[in-house]
Amino acid sequence: MRRFSYIDLVLWLFRIGIIGVVLWGVTGKFILGVGNEYTVSDWLDFFVSGLSQGSLYALIALGYTMVYGVLFMINFAHGEFFMAGAMTSTVLVALPLQNAGYIDRFPLLSLLAIFVSAVLTSVLVAVLTERIAYRPLRNAPRLVPLITAIGASFFWQYYFRGLFGSSLLPFPEFAMFNGKIAFWGLDFQKADFAVIITSLLVMFGLQQFVQRTKTGRAIRAVAENKDAATLMGIDVNRTITITFIVGASMAGVAGVLYSIVFRQLNFVMGFIPGIKAFTAAVLGGIGSIPGAALGGLFLGIIEAIGPPLFLEGLGVAGSHQLKDVIAFTMLVLVLIFRPQGIIGERLAEKKA
Amino acid sequence: MNEELRGTLKTGLVAGIVTLSLGMIGILVSFNNRFIVTDLVTLADLLLFGMAVLAGYLAASSLKQNSIVSKLLHGGLAGVLAAVPTFLLILLTLVWEDIRSSFINVEPDLIALVTLNNQSVVTGGILLLVVFGVAGMAGVGYALLPDRFRRPISMSLAWTIGSGVMSDILIGILRPRLSQDALRGLFGSTGLQPAPFVVLFVMLTAVFFWWQQGGQTRYQTLRQNLTPSQQKSSRRVSISLLVIFLLILPSLLGVYLSEIFNEVGRFVLMGLGLNIAIGLAGLLDLGYVTNFAVGAYIMALLTSSSEFGLDNPWSFWLAVPICVLAAMFTGFILALPVLKMRGDYLAIATLGFGEIIRVLARSDALKPVIGGAQGILQIPAAQIGGFLSQTLGYVLNPINNFLQRFELGILATNSNGEIVFGNPPQLYYLFILASLLMLFISRRLNNSRTGRRWMAIREDEDVAAAMGINTTNAKVLAFTLSAASGGLAGAIFAAKLGSIFPSSFELLISINVLALIIVGGLGSIPGVIVGAFALVGIPQLLSEFAEFRLLLYGIALIGMMLMRPEGLWPSEVHRREIKSDGDDETAVPVSVKP
Amino acid sequence: MKRISWLTLLMLLLAMALVACGGSGDAEPEADTGDTDTAAETDTDAEEADTSEEAAAELTCDDAIGCVEIAAGDPILIASALVITGPNESLGLDSQYGVEIAIEQRGEVAGHAVELQAEDEGCSAEGGQTAGQKIASNPSIVGVIGTSCSGAGVPMSQIVCAEGIAMISPSNTAPVLTDPESRQTCYFRTAHNDKVQGRAMAEYVFNELGLTKAAAIHDGDPYTEGLASVFRDSFIELGGEVVAFEAEAADATNVEPLLTSIAASGPEIIYYPVFIPLGSLITKTAKEIDGLEGVVLAAADGVQSPDFVDASGGAAEGMYVSGPDLGFGNDIYATFLETYQANYGSEPTAPFHAHAYDATMMLLNAIESVAQVGDDGSMLIGRQALLDALGSTSGMEGITGTITCDENGDCADPKIAVSQVQDGAFSSVWSYEP
Repeated sequence: MRRFSYIDLVLWLFRIGIIGVVLWGVTGKFILGVGNEYTVSDWLDFFVSGLSQGSLYALIALGYTMVYGVLFMINFAHGEFFMAGAMTSTVLVALPLQNAGYIDRFPLLSLLAIFVSAVLTSVLVAVLTERIAYRPLRNAPRLVPLITAIGASFFWQYYFRGLFGSSLLPFPEFAMFNGKIAFWGLDFQKADFAVIITSLLVMFGLQQFVQRTKTGRAIRAVAENKDAATLMGIDVNRTITITFIVGASMAGVAGVLYSIVFRQLNFVMGFIPGIKAFTAAVLGGIGSIPGAALGGLFLGIIEAIGPPLFLEGLGVAGSHQLKDVIAFTMLVLVLIFRPQGIIGERLAEKKA
Repeated sequence: MNEELRGTLKTGLVAGIVTLSLGMIGILVSFNNRFIVTDLVTLADLLLFGMAVLAGYLAASSLKQNSIVSKLLHGGLAGVLAAVPTFLLILLTLVWEDIRSSFINVEPDLIALVTLNNQSVVTGGILLLVVFGVAGMAGVGYALLPDRFRRPISMSLAWTIGSGVMSDILIGILRPRLSQDALRGLFGSTGLQPAPFVVLFVMLTAVFFWWQQGGQTRYQTLRQNLTPSQQKSSRRVSISLLVIFLLILPSLLGVYLSEIFNEVGRFVLMGLGLNIAIGLAGLLDLGYVTNFAVGAYIMALLTSSSEFGLDNPWSFWLAVPICVLAAMFTGFILALPVLKMRGDYLAIATLGFGEIIRVLARSDALKPVIGGAQGILQIPAAQIGGFLSQTLGYVLNPINNFLQRFELGILATNSNGEIVFGNPPQLYYLFILASLLMLFISRRLNNSRTGRRWMAIREDEDVAAAMGINTTNAKVLAFTLSAASGGLAGAIFAAKLGSIFPSSFELLISINVLALIIVGGLGSIPGVIVGAFALVGIPQLLSEFAEFRLLLYGIALIGMMLMRPEGLWPSEVHRREIKSDGDDETAVPVSVKP
Repeated sequence: MKRISWLTLLMLLLAMALVACGGSGDAEPEADTGDTDTAAETDTDAEEADTSEEAAAELTCDDAIGCVEIAAGDPILIASALVITGPNESLGLDSQYGVEIAIEQRGEVAGHAVELQAEDEGCSAEGGQTAGQKIASNPSIVGVIGTSCSGAGVPMSQIVCAEGIAMISPSNTAPVLTDPESRQTCYFRTAHNDKVQGRAMAEYVFNELGLTKAAAIHDGDPYTEGLASVFRDSFIELGGEVVAFEAEAADATNVEPLLTSIAASGPEIIYYPVFIPLGSLITKTAKEIDGLEGVVLAAADGVQSPDFVDASGGAAEGMYVSGPDLGFGNDIYATFLETYQANYGSEPTAPFHAHAYDATMMLLNAIESVAQVGDDGSMLIGRQALLDALGSTSGMEGITGTITCDENGDCADPKIAVSQVQDGAFSSVWSYEP
């Protein structure tokens, strides 16, 4: 046991400070009534919108976390896989379908076509990236693939900008996602609800895939120890490619869900969700699939509830602008308490 | 299908997809306005047919059999294949007339370009296939050249084309020194004129050939045969030449290139700082922009004469130390919560700090203090006045008067006898001064006890702790010192711009700084400079191709890392590690070995 | 080893360059106008005035800050400095297309073709500075269209104005740029000053719509923050109440919390002068928030584009947008749109192509009016004369209205239209004149 140093003191002050500020804000909000008065249903609205935003983060975060799990590299280009799927499926499938009138007539079939094309594009982009920018550097110092990942991120952004232009693309409107739906006494936008449900299904499926199937076991084996996995007859390169394919598929799905909710896309759309998803993955404990899901939801909800709850209570101007400040402060706070993330294994000490 | 044929097919098709991509993302059309050889060859032509030549060259050089005929056949095939995807696109546009509503850059100009301006699109397409086939064979011819010819030719071709691409920069340098007519003889509105192009190419080829055929060895023997005292004096001469060169550089380069140098200087300063955290201590900091922003904002608050500044604004020189201290303090404070985090947890937490600063800078909450979205204006340029500048003037003015005869000069005083660091050539000296200072400090740190402590932590933190190193203190110190240089860069940046806005403090800066120190060579001080020139200077020079600059930047990052994973100018230690085995300190630790 | 040979090569090349310079140094060492060598950095104005003596025989430059000399057959060089890379590039590229179309349609100016040198200002102060230095270092550039972002405009105007190069911005709106105290004398703009546009919407909402409780949202960009602040101040001054003044990140993907907060403060109108991505997101989401069903929505010219209506779906129907009135007046715009579609394959992506077109036309007209053309076809353009001509522009028919410059360089048509989205198109419902 180390002795108590000034660092620990500062850390405790930091923890107490943050918690104090939070409590002060909450008190200000509820007891002193600073800022707007919210009803219970307003609070539920904050929560629900955060939930749907969080599910999107979670879906993208899964790809991050899977790649991290096997390669221990931050795949900065993951947000671009997401963008690639969304843009290509919109331009080449959704918009032509809309012009032909198929979207109104066969919405489900159209949607399926859009999902399939998005997933295919994302996977293609991911496999190419892995093959060209990551595989040759498997044994290089780990900062090197980080740089190629950043390079790949720029490359794909501007590649797709070149293909489809830099203007904002409108995603067609699906009648079935308009309006609201009540569930468990909560009012959801239908589109949000679809996002949450799809994300849950995909995450559940992924968990089953990783835990139950042979390929899933191979992925876990490679994540654990590449040399041992090779000895056990596992084709490491193939397994890594599969990991990228699975992660990119989820990015593709997330891309379409994003399009459905926001109905506008452009070539930089992947960057911010990418950073947020990365944050979510770390928050939950990078490398852990349930962790990524949890991290994503936590981040989405804290971003939605944080500003009205803490900041308005403190009387801060323009509080919603500062949601990233809250999100990242919470991240640091969580990491101080649990350096391995919310439910991460203690790989922080061991591997990272 | 035999293996060699498959290899050729693959080469050809990959080249084909790249060619197609060049067209579909708009590079070809946009570069078609850019002459390399005036009114003769555009950059698009070079790219387009260059791909075919390259395909043929690659296909031929990967062949094992030696028969020239089979090489030519393979090369031609690869060339044709390189045109096939584009040919298919040409056919596609016949069927799908509205293709442009999806692929915005598949425009009539592109089709005209790739069908070689033929009236009939199909004929043009077939012609393209043929031309590519021939170009592929030309590539084979190139591959067949003996190495001693090919290398000088490749080098001089690269330099000549490079001069064509950079023609407007060259014009900028030469304009004050050459007459209008001479310039016109050398350059067109873009690109080099044909005659100078050929002359330059031949001259360079000759020089490279001579260098390779004996010049190099002769030069080396010459150097080896020097006596120690001669070596010493030759060293002295070259150093003083270098110093003189650095001093007159801005007047040689002109305003715009000096500006680029200053931008490079700004990133060199930040790179040197971040290098302490990442290169020496192995702390992956993705939020370096924080220190930069703190330096810039403190400078603005202390010296600005606007409503956000002090009632009696400070001078630049008084404010600089405060900026550096403030940045160090920020580094110190932010280091504390992240000390126990490792690797990527640290990365994301520091990235978070960068984002927090960015958001806070533009927030309404802090608007009363630091100006919010509207930024802080009226920051004066750094200047030296009074006695000091007059004394300096006694030295500088005669030198300037002398140098003026050659259209050159150094740091200058203005009509009031003050030295104002207002325009790029003057600011250059400020950046040089700051960079030299930080270079000196970095070097000393590198070889100090503290430096070795950091390196121990970088190698293995647990072992370092077991060896009795106080890792906590060492890490805090690394963060704090690393912040200093960022604060300095920020302070000079604010004085250089005269106004600061939150949009200058984006995540992209952190990423850029990180990329340049890794591309330069992690932990290597010269590497920082080389990296900054490669990733900041060259993109600025290519600002003409602004639309595709970040695309090229991405390709360059990937390419440089694939070719030289150890960096452009790696530090000795690092190079040894990479040479000895791939699995060095920062490589993926393969779990815990039993 | 390899590295050393590289360096040596570099040095060799430099040496060659130097030799080349030395060889021809005696030919004609005169500097062109605008040359600011450090050595001779004393007094640029004086130096520039006398360097143009060598002009063609019958053309003499008597301009206070020098002339641009263009030989027969050479093009007139103008520059653009807009944001053409990065997240904001659709704003700048769109303007650049406007500039290119204007050059194309204008054809030759006094017998000389016009060439465009496009620079990127990156929507940042340092980007504006670098682009400005590049432009300032080329003495043959007559004028510059830019910048897109006000933050880049501040440093750039200082640099190019030191060289006397005319600068017209199509989309800077920050009041500080044309504030008499801080304005650079060569600076003009065809975009509306925030002061005018924010005021226009406030008056419309308060006087015409009769609403008294407003909320305003900006995204932390100087343009949107400026407009929102002016709107707030004007609205309060008129006697209204601003119940919420909020900000959101420009790249936000979830604005439900923001709008729920605003709904709780009970506004009758929400004013959000932001750009298209955030604007359409707010528009769509606002319709779905409890308590905001009947609220009037209003925005500024940052969203005045078909892209915005497309991206918002039906939700934009009935909302108000302030900006230039593109709908009536003349048929320049119809031809413009056709050319745009044909050249760039899409509809305009941002509103400022029209301002850029007008800015370019304004510059080219002014060049034509001050150019001295010699018998041999060469041309002299006096820089100060050009600035004066620009400053006295009045009654020029453009896409955005009648362009008339005031003494501070604000050249936008003083009339601002408030349009309403009706059947997916902007139709003007009111116009404001200060």
